[in-house]
Amino acid sequence: MEASTAARPPTTALSTGGSAVRTFANRYGLIVLLLALPVYYGIKDLVDQGNIQPLAQNLFNGLSNGSILALIAVGYTLVYGIIELINFAHGDVFMIGSFVSAGFFATIGLGLTTGTLGIVFGLLLTLIVAMIACGGLNVMIERVAYRPLRSAPKLAPLITAVGMSFVLQNVGLLWLGGSPASVDDLIHAQQNVFTILGVTVQRADLLAFAVTIPLVIVMVGFIQRSRLGKAMRATAQDPEAARLMGISVDTTISLTFLIGGMLAGAAGLTYALYQTTIWYFQGFEAGLLAFTAAVMGGIGNIRGAVLGALIIGCIQQISDNRIGTEWTPAIVFAYLIVIMVFRPQGLVGEETREAG
Amino acid sequence: MAAFSDLRRSPWFSRGLAIAAIAFAIIFPFLTSEAGATMNTATLALAYVVMALGLNIVVGFAGLLDLGYVAFYAIGSYCVGWFMSDFYSNTTIHLLTSKFAHTLPGIHIFWIFTVLIAMVLCAIAGIIIGLPTLRLRGDYIAIVTLAFGEIVRVFALNGDSIKIGAYQLTNGRQGITAVDAISIPGQLPFSQLNLRPWYWVALGMVLFVLFINLRVRDSRVGRAWIAIREDEVAAASMGVPLVKTKLMAYALGAALGGMAGAFLGSYLTNITSDSFQFSFSIYVLAMIILGGLGSIWGVVLGAVALTYINYNLIPDVLNPVPSDLGLNFQLSDLSFGIFGFLLVIMMVLRPEGLLPERRRKLELADHVGVEDQMIQVQA
Repeated sequence: MEASTAARPPTTALSTGGSAVRTFANRYGLIVLLLALPVYYGIKDLVDQGNIQPLAQNLFNGLSNGSILALIAVGYTLVYGIIELINFAHGDVFMIGSFVSAGFFATIGLGLTTGTLGIVFGLLLTLIVAMIACGGLNVMIERVAYRPLRSAPKLAPLITAVGMSFVLQNVGLLWLGGSPASVDDLIHAQQNVFTILGVTVQRADLLAFAVTIPLVIVMVGFIQRSRLGKAMRATAQDPEAARLMGISVDTTISLTFLIGGMLAGAAGLTYALYQTTIWYFQGFEAGLLAFTAAVMGGIGNIRGAVLGALIIGCIQQISDNRIGTEWTPAIVFAYLIVIMVFRPQGLVGEETREAG
Repeated sequence: MAAFSDLRRSPWFSRGLAIAAIAFAIIFPFLTSEAGATMNTATLALAYVVMALGLNIVVGFAGLLDLGYVAFYAIGSYCVGWFMSDFYSNTTIHLLTSKFAHTLPGIHIFWIFTVLIAMVLCAIAGIIIGLPTLRLRGDYIAIVTLAFGEIVRVFALNGDSIKIGAYQLTNGRQGITAVDAISIPGQLPFSQLNLRPWYWVALGMVLFVLFINLRVRDSRVGRAWIAIREDEVAAASMGVPLVKTKLMAYALGAALGGMAGAFLGSYLTNITSDSFQFSFSIYVLAMIILGGLGSIWGVVLGAVALTYINYNLIPDVLNPVPSDLGLNFQLSDLSFGIFGFLLVIMMVLRPEGLLPERRRKLELADHVGVEDQMIQVQA
């Protein structure tokens, strides 16, 4: 339990130290904590092997894994930014995205024998279908489960979100059964492409980057530049004032859910190709990781969510490979709790009303 | 009609109703076979009432959404596994156990002592879970508690690899089996062949917990919880000590969860890490949402209703419906989907629950209040 032992120094510093120590702990505590795992294993690698190549491989895999998480985390952060709701069902929308993609490319006849061109176009088509399906699903969830409760106490939509998450999980359970189902390895995910500085790059890694980077860039551009993006930011800042300025708050919120869902759909396809197994529980697991990532980056902040997701991906990889897969959830959650306690505003976020 | 509504308003009506319900609950086992499915469901229902009343203190009274309640079920159950079975067979401790258990190796402690240990451990765990959430509000609390629940589950699952000397923490997926039955002084035989004594013990627990709930709700602490739930800042400025009050809610809620966990551990005779999933927390949460957040009698009703739905209605009555309709699945696989659906439907259509708490009903009926809240939420 690296996380919990590493959590000690800030605690003692907070309780015993003067204001300088306190400022230091507040500002750098989280960073020190995040560096604890890689530095420890880096030193271990150096001692054992004389180079840090295994650690570098872990970190690289972490980045590619984290870039899938980033797509999900952005969905959490967008929704939280605009209606201050943890969209608990978001992870399950991602799961549905995987299921839709796997179902769709099997239906249009993509298989291991399809030629390269066919696979590229087929997967692009699948990507569009998955994004539309998940975007639509997310908008529908908002319409059914969250909009009627917008004036209710804040606990109410969170409870319906949990409820929706369970409903979607059971849809997945009905769809493909209770055990992981394998997906055709269309892109030969495990095939090595090249090796750089001892780090092996596989096709799956390239796919993850190829999907995530353009999507996140387009998304950030959309929110920064377009009229609708401006409306989203205005609504996030102050819904009442936005309404007075002639922004349709309901449409804007729907749009946010649409974008979040679309990203989750893209993540779903990428995940299916990356892992080549899908199952109904993946949404819950990945959802919590992505949420942790969003909180780590500072919820409501897109760049923060991406950064957080990359970090969580690395933590997850290191823990999977060095400590044991079975302990990974505990370690990530321990990080989540420590972040919540010591830096609820996240790495790059500002103080929020909720957490401050 | 007017006379009836007057009657309903009098305090004696509700008291009479409560006494009648309790009297019925006491004689209920004589109306059914001693080891049938009905008895089993009824006993489980009572255990879940205890659990739901515990969660109701945290969520319903104090307004702190706890999604990690399963942690206390786990800790309570494991107390029974540790102290009332032959799991630690290299140590032999006997303390006021039944004649049968007295001959076995391992630690065997009188059940009520085990319950007390479970309650104390859970209260401590509750405070530990509560501490990091003190600075947080709203949905962040839900996530931190969820994370704690998951951490406890991971420890339960991998506990067979954690060893302190010769003692391993849990038995992972295999579970701790051969847990002692409850033994209390007297001649009541506690076995799976006669569930009546189990039922009465559970009923005794329910009455005890109901008493605690009713008294605490109207006490200084209970009013402080409701004040915090309604408006934390206002409560603090009126002199309610936030830290102490919140920790009290976590500790008491957790202790009751541990109590129910200790009962269920002994009743179900197998303590395996697979029972401590996140979905269990949601199951208990659904009970209090169904009944009415903060409403004690509503929560009792919700727990009984959901246990019936989960253990009787879905597996026995409704299960063949999909296949009758030509669909190829078991409805019992989807029980948590049904509970999730129930949560959504209840929150959207009747957020105050089946038997609403008076104060919450007023809030939700009062449209001016709702308008105010809307501005607060969106501002």
